[in-house]
Amino acid sequence: MPLTREQIAQRIAREVQPGFCVNLGIGIPTLVANYIPASMNVMLQSENGLLGMGPFPFENEVDPDLINAGKQTVTAVRGASFFSSADSFAMIRGGHVDLTVLGAMEVDREGDIANWMVPGKMVKGMGGAMDLVAGARRVIVAMQHTAKDGSSKLLNKCTLPLTGQKCIDRIVTDFGVLDVMKGAGFRLLEWAPDMTAEQVIRATEAPVEVAPGAGPMRF
Amino acid sequence: MNKIVTSAKAALEGVRDNMTILVGGFGLCGIPENLIAALRDSGAKGLTCVSNNAGVDDFGLGLLLQTRQIKKMMSSYVGENATFERQFLSGELELEFCPQGTLAERLRAGGAGIPAFFTPTGVGTVVAEGKEVRNFEGRPYVMERGIVGDFALVKAWKADPFGNLVFRKTSRNFNPMVATAGKITVAEVEEIVELGEIDPDQVHTPGIYVQRIFKSPSLEKRIEQRTVRKV
Repeated sequence: MPLTREQIAQRIAREVQPGFCVNLGIGIPTLVANYIPASMNVMLQSENGLLGMGPFPFENEVDPDLINAGKQTVTAVRGASFFSSADSFAMIRGGHVDLTVLGAMEVDREGDIANWMVPGKMVKGMGGAMDLVAGARRVIVAMQHTAKDGSSKLLNKCTLPLTGQKCIDRIVTDFGVLDVMKGAGFRLLEWAPDMTAEQVIRATEAPVEVAPGAGPMRF
Repeated sequence: MNKIVTSAKAALEGVRDNMTILVGGFGLCGIPENLIAALRDSGAKGLTCVSNNAGVDDFGLGLLLQTRQIKKMMSSYVGENATFERQFLSGELELEFCPQGTLAERLRAGGAGIPAFFTPTGVGTVVAEGKEVRNFEGRPYVMERGIVGDFALVKAWKADPFGNLVFRKTSRNFNPMVATAGKITVAEVEEIVELGEIDPDQVHTPGIYVQRIFKSPSLEKRIEQRTVRKV
């Protein structure tokens, strides 16, 4: 069985280190916050101008002036700060954000990512994604390994318009955890508990080498 | 010089067809609601609007799309607006997508007298097409241009009569940069306090950038995604 969305998020949460400042994208990445222990003292960055994002507010705390990048009402934790969009992206572009997690439609062996545009469909815009992949110290992608027709989304070369080039460090899919070897292909570190390395390799268009010590994921 | 104007019409005096209008806000958070409505009422057409988002169908800049007053939008994300989609697909509306951080920096640069700068964002993507790319320390960067506007419309929490502004929580977003980049900057504010009442250490936007101050007669502060947790 491939991982559920929650399990992907749970696995990615293990990548977070104490004291990290982390930007989480919309979708599965948002779920990662639920698996980061409070004892880690992690500060969540929201690119609309908040470092120290807290959980959703109680009904009586809802404040239209306090939202996250997904335009959801949120709260601010103790020690949080508010700032302008220019300051926010100075943090991001300037390499001060330790980790960003975002979704993708395609990634490839060079570490390129496509996640903002499908030609011929209505284009909503890239928002802050291009800045995040270009600037965060570490970029982890949360995605489904294959499309609905079974074709791989981990490619030799992205076919959709790019969000960024040579910027992805690690990919966590419903099939496994893979590092990008910047050109050489992917290196498989872990796979879903009920799957095999061979299944992951077969479901991946680009070459995959199995890392020494690799094994099934444990939850 | 009295910067305080008492009508929305006076706040936008001088707005003409084909102008470039910069508008603060992120989604519907921190948008100058009453100034946007006044811009619609001005009837000015052929506008180029620079704003991170395009509002929703019936609120924010969506109001000016409905009346077809906007010729071109420069934004990073316009996904919440069906009117936008229809006008864009039919070719009535021009659109320049700009990565969010690049948009913020272009406005900051424009206001700071910097005509262009190099950023790593968007290298190797459609955003960099037709733009100069240069290597610094072995990494490629794309040249982006500063933005200035004929008018800048911002929303702040408090102002004093000089135009010193204080923003509240995440409604600050693009407003400080937008405020610096307009030839005429109009601040819509919730409260106008006495000179000296804002601690100089707490001023977010110094009054030098603000030409007109308009107190909101009322504010809807619509929420796009009301998300709550249970007690």
